[in-house]
Amino acid sequence: MTNSIPEFSQYTRCFLITGSNTTEAHPLIASHVMEAKERGAKIIVIDPREVQIGRLADIYLRPRPGTDVAWLNGLMNVIITEELADQEFIEKRTEGFEEMWEVVKEYTPERVEEIAGIPADDLRVAARLYAQNKPAAILYAMGITQHTTGTDNVKSIANLAMLTGNIGIPGAGVNPLRGQNNVQGACDMGGLPNVYPGYQPVTSPEAKAKFESAWGVEGLPEQPGLTVVEMVNAAGEGQLRALYIMGENPMVTDPDIHHVKECLEKLEFLVVQDIFPTETAQLAHVILPSASFAEKDGTFTSTDRRIQRVRKAVNPPGEAKADWEIICELAKKLGAKGFEFSSPEEIMAEIAKVTPSYGGVTYERLDKEGSLQWPVPSVEHPGTPYLHKEKFTRGLGRFHAIHFREAAELPDEEYPFILTTGRTMFQYHAGSMSRRSPKLEQEAPEPYVEINPSDAEKIGLNGAKKVKVSSRRGSIEVAVRLTDRIKPGVVFIPFHYAEAAANALTHAALDPIARIPEYKICAVKVEPVRGS
Amino acid sequence: MEYKNVLTVCPYCGAGCGLYIQVLDGEIVGVLPAKEHPVSRGKLCIKGWNATAFVNHPDRLKKPLIREGGSFREASWDEALSLIAEKLLQIRDTYGPQAIGFFSSAKCTNEENYLLQKLARSFFKTNNVDHCARL
Ligand code: SF4
Repeated sequence: MTNSIPEFSQYTRCFLITGSNTTEAHPLIASHVMEAKERGAKIIVIDPREVQIGRLADIYLRPRPGTDVAWLNGLMNVIITEELADQEFIEKRTEGFEEMWEVVKEYTPERVEEIAGIPADDLRVAARLYAQNKPAAILYAMGITQHTTGTDNVKSIANLAMLTGNIGIPGAGVNPLRGQNNVQGACDMGGLPNVYPGYQPVTSPEAKAKFESAWGVEGLPEQPGLTVVEMVNAAGEGQLRALYIMGENPMVTDPDIHHVKECLEKLEFLVVQDIFPTETAQLAHVILPSASFAEKDGTFTSTDRRIQRVRKAVNPPGEAKADWEIICELAKKLGAKGFEFSSPEEIMAEIAKVTPSYGGVTYERLDKEGSLQWPVPSVEHPGTPYLHKEKFTRGLGRFHAIHFREAAELPDEEYPFILTTGRTMFQYHAGSMSRRSPKLEQEAPEPYVEINPSDAEKIGLNGAKKVKVSSRRGSIEVAVRLTDRIKPGVVFIPFHYAEAAANALTHAALDPIARIPEYKICAVKVEPVRGS
Repeated sequence: MEYKNVLTVCPYCGAGCGLYIQVLDGEIVGVLPAKEHPVSRGKLCIKGWNATAFVNHPDRLKKPLIREGGSFREASWDEALSLIAEKLLQIRDTYGPQAIGFFSSAKCTNEENYLLQKLARSFFKTNNVDHCARL
């Protein structure tokens, strides 16, 4: 997030919420939005799915799934045509406006109506609301990024914020809401194939030299590595022989899980380190028992770049150990140097040394100040509630000229529905924690598919309780929920459930840059299960 | 009887709400919201209130397990870690560093993610390290 959650209740005058089921997926972020609404802030929701927060919206638009670039360009078209753009910001702080306008001028509200199915006048109203109520914050989640056009979508969102000067001021900005509690931190720490901690590229000779000297080693690899999905494929092709998995469950979370299983089974050696015997652990050669968040010390970094202390409350069960301890002990067995840590605090001291944005982070400060928002380059620095205050990291902010592209797999005669996947309020990701929490499981014990009543009639549901949902990759049987929440032609399945995993159906078409699978769209057919 | 409230962070979504784990004689007895927290301000959602419900689940792994044929047998840490070290070194020496991959985790701490990528890069000399950020 460029900005901070507490700024929403304090400063924001307009929210544009897209691809985020905020009230269900991030309830306590939603509470800041509601508070803002009470003092008069406007809410625009643009989402193909009916999301709860849509009911609170001043305007609620439901585009055809996968048309985000088109309607984002449409909003910009209206803002520029009606002279609502922030000229001063554009002149002083950005470049590339002309090239962007060359593309955006083609996206008139009428053309966007044809592509996305949003009434032209509604798009105009939304554009005016956003541009005329500053500071305006854009909130988005996986609904925007899980597409083959995910990177384009995110760039278009940045375009819109810059066009209206909604960057570098409190209560505005571009704010991705992270689904898992430490996605932000895992990225910050270099848990990515192309960057060292602090997003220092592995291809940069300076970064390489820096880490070689900090770690006391030579010959750090200069080629970016493989992503999760690429590693799974490489395992299937025999390129990758060993995989070490710490606390992830790709057998539920990855696209096309039949394929994932086949690939993982080909590995010569698979290690899974987890708190539960997950679906992925069943395929392992060695399983190591780890400590849960309540049983270890450390830090998490939440979605607004907020670094906070995790504190040990109780001992882990049996012989389970914290993941950091396990890595240090394994390093010793391997004869690897530089892992002689006796506490997470010592590890953080090393992180601060090599990661400029964490330079001023110490446990002492976190204990005293509660949390620190990066960048916090030195121990004197108070942290950074919002980014890009006077300038962008690269100097001038760049507008990107982006055309709309269709999704990789569109519905056709054989597979006439668009399947989109997501989360529910009560379950969490692969479900290995929430499904073992009685109250959460009781609220949402069973997988289901949401279908519009008119589609139910079309497929001849006739009172059947279950349907078979099939794509080109697999099929699952699930209970039906009829609801207007979902548009005709679209079906929704939450992905938490291993017994009817939505990801048996999804496909691994990747965004060319961010390499995110296109979870939000694939083509399926739906047939009633007779006698159910 | 020894009672304490331990301030920590919710393990579920990225909002990062603050909560106290209530501990009585070394056992978790409940969760309390943290009033002073700038995001959660003394509130929690249903997931946060149930943040520790899975911690003592009977399914928790308690010992290292090694596959033998179609099933797993319990092993000591020493045996399990020695086996892992031996296998990883053997695979690296036979097929090269790019034949090994690591998944770090959005559920683990910063310190743990840091260490795993450091092990992959500095010792095994591979950048094959990623997590489910995209998923
Ligand atoms: S309490 Fe709810 S909103 Fe807060 S971090 Fe936990 S899951 Fe997210």
